[in-house]
Amino acid sequence: MEPIKTIKSTCVPLPAENVDTDQIIPARFLKATTREGFGDNLFRDWRYSNNGDPVPGFVLNQPGVKGSILIAGKNFGCGSSREHAAWALYDHGFKVVVSSFFADIFSNNALNNGLLAVQLPEEYIQRLFIALDQNPSLEATVDLPTQQFSMEGIEEPASFEINKHKKSCLLQGFDDIDYLLSHKEQIKSYEATRTTV
Amino acid sequence: MTGKTLFDKVWDQHVVSEITDGPSVLYIDRHFIHEVTSPQAFDGLRNRGIGVFRPKQTIATADHNVPTIDQHLPIRDKLSRFQVQKLTENCQEFGVELYGLGHKYQGIVHVIGPELGITQPGMTIVCGDSHTSTHGAFGAVAFGIGTSEVEQVLATQCVLQRKPKKMKIEVNGQLGRGVLSKDIILYIASKISTSGATGHFIEYTGTTIKELSMEARMTICNMSIEMGARGGMIAPDNATFEYLKGRQFAPQGEDWHLAKQSWEQLYSDENAEFDVVHKFEAEDIAPMITYGTNPGMGMKINGTVPESSENIKALAYMGLTAGQQLLGKEVNHVFIGSCTNSRIEDLRLVASLVKGRQKAPNVQAMVIPGSKQVEKQARLEGLDKILEEAGFQLRQPGCSACLGMNDDKVPSGEYCVSTSNRNYEGRQGPGARTILASPLTAAATAITGRITDVREII
Repeated sequence: MEPIKTIKSTCVPLPAENVDTDQIIPARFLKATTREGFGDNLFRDWRYSNNGDPVPGFVLNQPGVKGSILIAGKNFGCGSSREHAAWALYDHGFKVVVSSFFADIFSNNALNNGLLAVQLPEEYIQRLFIALDQNPSLEATVDLPTQQFSMEGIEEPASFEINKHKKSCLLQGFDDIDYLLSHKEQIKSYEATRTTV
Repeated sequence: MTGKTLFDKVWDQHVVSEITDGPSVLYIDRHFIHEVTSPQAFDGLRNRGIGVFRPKQTIATADHNVPTIDQHLPIRDKLSRFQVQKLTENCQEFGVELYGLGHKYQGIVHVIGPELGITQPGMTIVCGDSHTSTHGAFGAVAFGIGTSEVEQVLATQCVLQRKPKKMKIEVNGQLGRGVLSKDIILYIASKISTSGATGHFIEYTGTTIKELSMEARMTICNMSIEMGARGGMIAPDNATFEYLKGRQFAPQGEDWHLAKQSWEQLYSDENAEFDVVHKFEAEDIAPMITYGTNPGMGMKINGTVPESSENIKALAYMGLTAGQQLLGKEVNHVFIGSCTNSRIEDLRLVASLVKGRQKAPNVQAMVIPGSKQVEKQARLEGLDKILEEAGFQLRQPGCSACLGMNDDKVPSGEYCVSTSNRNYEGRQGPGARTILASPLTAAATAITGRITDVREII
């Protein structure tokens, strides 16, 4: 996993609420056995019509809208536990997803893949949507060490929460498996205390 | 001193260690895997040059990506075949038990765990599938995980997880005629919304819940995730013990008595505190259907589609308008199956309703048993004959048309009354329009060809 520190980029606004992981990557594209290549089918059925033509109104097809920060409506990533949703977002080039509210499994999946899930107040996000609607080329900065989000045209930055463990993993590019593997002896001692498994 | 909830008791027993201001290292008793969310995890082990730490605690089956006819033949779709083959190879290489296609125990992962007695009270259970919450019906802490977490469990039998908040959902009273546990959970979801339980682990309780069979309890716990909950559980009782006794992997003999004694301690203490409590009355619950594109968009079957600014996109997708009644609306597809409603009790209910009747000519009605064992039992009881005589197609076990991944899909723009768990856009195939309902409502709809209040025909 690549270490994350500061990400500065233009933003992609997606104000839809309750975006489920079936929309992020439909099940029929989950047949691959590797982590790569899912970005082509990111938001497939919103992005392309049934015959494969790009849907002009969808944000990823709009000229002048691009960037590695996705700003989404509340309850992003609900539904299926498929980590393919996080892989698809990352594979497409997103490094950060901002929402006022993330589904639990998605949030874990994102952080486990170095995709930073940044939770900000709903009212603040609505201001971001309005600003980006007027000027899609505004740049935002997400700074992990100080846990700050800021965007051009929005006066005050917003701070976001992330637990210490996850933060230090992301800053160093370590994953949870490395952490757990270093605790093997402790896990064995725990097993020895249990009568039945 | 504040007492402990059922959830606290099970969770706390499984904490190996805690990280300050971080997650806990949580020990996992049983780990289920399937073909879709495991291959990248096995690759991860290979890349690290390590094996599966406790292979006997992981059980594999093929369910999401399998056809539901001609399972004895090679899978036609090349990518699906490769994915299922990959699972077989991974299980062989890493020493994991596989109930693959053709095996007498094969089936939907959340159906086979309980029916084999692998799922037991007081356990921690995970699977790379959000409907793992199903196993909570037995008083287990069971939840869905992503593939990176599947790799964590394969590598260490633990997962790093933050302890969620606690929610109690109480349902009291007598259910009305024709109202099933599916209606209870669709009703609750319609009240607290698709995100109303995010960050929480639910305990379902109350007189209505305690009266339910294990199959009915599994339907409720299964859909906990549809309200965003990390999981949902029910305290084990005699119904739980009766269900488990004698099952293949349940404790036997003296072990059974010891296990039962410890399971009897699994309940929320009287003074235990929950972060959120919801109470509902059974008499307020009618047969339910959904009208929108998330499971929280549900209503009484004879209700009218509510008007709301949040519905506009969903109603456009569904081809419905606010104020419309769905009762009597023609539908062309009925799907009875999925980890929510494909157990033997569901098939019995459907068969009892359709016996001596004929499905409407405009409807394609599919019944997908949850497992080989359910299929076998259904045939043993003659349910296959009843279903076939009524024009329903009884197929072979798998996730089928629940998720639009395998061959079973609903055509674009068409309506399907489905006993599954999700009505998202495209869930049953691109453009498919899903209406979630109970097995009885689905069966009644198949008979008349129109969305039907089952109470009118029983």
